[in-house]
Amino acid sequence: MAKTMLHTVNKSPFDNGTLQTCLKFARQGSTVLLIEDGVYAAARDTTVSKQVQEALKSVSIYALKPDVEARGMQDRVMDGVRLVDYEGFVDLVAQHKAVQSWV
Amino acid sequence: MKFSILVNEGPYTHEASDTAYQFVKAALAKGHEIYRIFFYHDGVNNGTRLTVPPQDDRNIVKRWSELAAQHKLDLVVCIAAAQRRGLMDKSEAKRNGKDADNIAPGFRISGLGQLIEAGIQADRLVVFGA
Amino acid sequence: MSEESAGGVAKKFLYVNRKAPYGTIYALESLEVVLIGAAFEQDVSLAFLGDGVYQLVKGQNTKALEVKNFSPTFGALEDYDVTKLYVEEEALQARGLSAADLVVPVQVVSTQRMAEIMEDQDVVLNF
Repeated sequence: MAKTMLHTVNKSPFDNGTLQTCLKFARQGSTVLLIEDGVYAAARDTTVSKQVQEALKSVSIYALKPDVEARGMQDRVMDGVRLVDYEGFVDLVAQHKAVQSWV
Repeated sequence: MKFSILVNEGPYTHEASDTAYQFVKAALAKGHEIYRIFFYHDGVNNGTRLTVPPQDDRNIVKRWSELAAQHKLDLVVCIAAAQRRGLMDKSEAKRNGKDADNIAPGFRISGLGQLIEAGIQADRLVVFGA
Repeated sequence: MSEESAGGVAKKFLYVNRKAPYGTIYALESLEVVLIGAAFEQDVSLAFLGDGVYQLVKGQNTKALEVKNFSPTFGALEDYDVTKLYVEEEALQARGLSAADLVVPVQVVSTQRMAEIMEDQDVVLNF
């Protein structure tokens, strides 16, 4: 199977449209990795949770665990979003054809 | 796999340099090769040896220098971005009539061509920015 | 079909521009990368999304700002064989702009087409 793009998002979804923009362009079957302030998008019960849940139907979504924990969000991660550490981040990069960093 | 890294932001103000550092460390731990780490925009400020961060927090510049020494990493600071922001090595300072240089150990100043080459030669280029 | 260049098959490089000019330096400095990069004979495309489309707007007059107007540089891209400039249709419309308002000829593309172009790249540079 052809490799797809890995997208990273490092902005919180609340004050910034970057997550929305990324999801608009991420093709079916590609992967989104939430890093830095982007991990807030992985939280349950927020105004963007529904959109993220919808997105899970077409892309895989991961969140960088060290960033989740730093922000005290570890008990709020929604079902379907998988946590990875930095080595997992490296693996994701290797497994995809290229990386698009939405900065 | 060969990775090239682009760091677009300076130390402390944005998380980019931290995330890049942790990524590089993890990639090396997994046996991957880091072809080059290129610093652009305010990222060039990761290469000044004059920072004195608080003792109880990480020393971003120092740990880049140390990681580079330990793993023979190629840390490249873009010359155009460096000139704009006042980051100099000895020869640049002399060439531009400046009375000081401030580059940290392990970093070298070079042209944007090094970034393109890093993208061509590596299997993956990862950008860390804001 | 891929282009050949000295040293092997050319990679597809995409420069993604999402930020407006002058408020930050990213627009200017990313263009500098494109110009230097042109010498490496790779398969280069530029994408302008969101506020990035503002970089291309005609009639930029920076005299009172006392900063360099770098929009004429987009006109030089053709001389460097950088001709694939893709502008997001939705971004233009949202900003009340059309291709006629832009300083160089571009390909205005749908979100779907832009997504296809992006997925096809080997190296993506974001600033």
